[in-house]
Amino acid sequence: MKGRTTFVLAVTALVIFAGYAALFIAPDEKTMHAIQRIFYFHVPSAISAFIAFFIVFIANTAYLVTRQPKWDWLGVAGAEVGVACCTVVLITGPIWARPVWGIWWTWDARLTSTFILWLLYISYLLLRGLLEDPQRRATLSAIFGVFAFLDVPLVYLSNRLWRTQHPQPVVLGGENSGLAPGMGKVLLICWIAVVCVMIVVLIDRYRLERLRHEYEELRFEVESGTAAAESAKGGRR
Amino acid sequence: MTTARAAAILLTKELRLEFRTRELLTTTIVFALIVIVLFSFAFNPTAEESRRYGPGLLWIAFLFAGSLMVNPSFAREQTNSTLDALRMAPISSFAILLGKMLANFIFLAISEVVLVPAFSVFYNVSLFGIVGRLILVLFLGTLGLVVTGTVFSAVSAHARMRELLLPLLLLPILAPLLIAAVEATASLLTEQPALDRTWVSFLAGFDIVFLTASWLLCDYLIEE
Repeated sequence: MKGRTTFVLAVTALVIFAGYAALFIAPDEKTMHAIQRIFYFHVPSAISAFIAFFIVFIANTAYLVTRQPKWDWLGVAGAEVGVACCTVVLITGPIWARPVWGIWWTWDARLTSTFILWLLYISYLLLRGLLEDPQRRATLSAIFGVFAFLDVPLVYLSNRLWRTQHPQPVVLGGENSGLAPGMGKVLLICWIAVVCVMIVVLIDRYRLERLRHEYEELRFEVESGTAAAESAKGGRR
Repeated sequence: MTTARAAAILLTKELRLEFRTRELLTTTIVFALIVIVLFSFAFNPTAEESRRYGPGLLWIAFLFAGSLMVNPSFAREQTNSTLDALRMAPISSFAILLGKMLANFIFLAISEVVLVPAFSVFYNVSLFGIVGRLILVLFLGTLGLVVTGTVFSAVSAHARMRELLLPLLLLPILAPLLIAAVEATASLLTEQPALDRTWVSFLAGFDIVFLTASWLLCDYLIEE
């Protein structure tokens, strides 16, 4: 428990520093100026969301192979954290797009794919909420998770083929892409900060799911114990 | 018993069940017709516009109708726990899934045979000369729809509010299929109809990916 407190404090300090770096240390962008600084929240959240969804896929596959409930806990924890990060991306994106592109939203490949991704994992969480039996919930949601993950490259590819007019990737894009050196460092710090926050929440959510599982098992034991005692009483009468 | 033989027997059973009542086919076709009619109220398209928006309308109607149609596939087996009986039979779980996929494919194909000419008449879109290529696109699109639809019908069969949940699970997954099918159909409805190879191969790829995934995951799916 002490280790966790230290970790959380360290992450808090890192987040504060990352926020400071993004707002004051990072160089000013030539055409977009201050609004460009939302980039340091937008991009790290996007990468973290993709990492989280990848964790969900690993957890789902591992659950189907091993049948250990811990993978199911990791799956739901990852999906919730991923949806949260993805929501941040979908909110910061339009805020950035409005002054820069002049529109809140455009049906470009990457935007559309992120939106579909968000919908897919919300469906995953909804499905979990509507399945009662824990084991069945774990298996069926894992199957859906695998299908959803397989769908992601198809969504991206189809949108890429469909709408090709939109911006080339700025980071890791091609010849004229790339960031000023100062920006790259700040982006890295911000990214590490967001990933650390993600890990803290992920671990906590995982623990919560484990506790819930233990609680359900205990309750089942008590209930079946009471039922057995009652039926024994009834039998004696 | 081989998987193909078991699947064929299960398919016969599904067809017999359906053709006794024809409930599923009737409701699906009427539902899709309503979508097609409502579209003309909502957009009041001119001849040029129907040519442009027609493919989208047609596939939206198929997607909505299909996502409702696959629902009873597994839900129907629950009433008398007949799925348990199927599970106990000495057949592979893929045979169970395949039988249902084939049945759903046939039902949706029959609906399309009714709906596509109706669409052509209502929106003045001539289909002469492109029938063969259109059938290829419809085949690939419908296959992808029923493969994922049947799997998700098994996934949602045990959930609460499953009728509402199934389209929610299915429609986002089908987004790439919708784009590809609409684009492939649209390139057939232009002045110089041509088969768009990119989109047709994309559709084929979609079908292969999800058919393989259902083959790999069917044991887990049927055992629950």
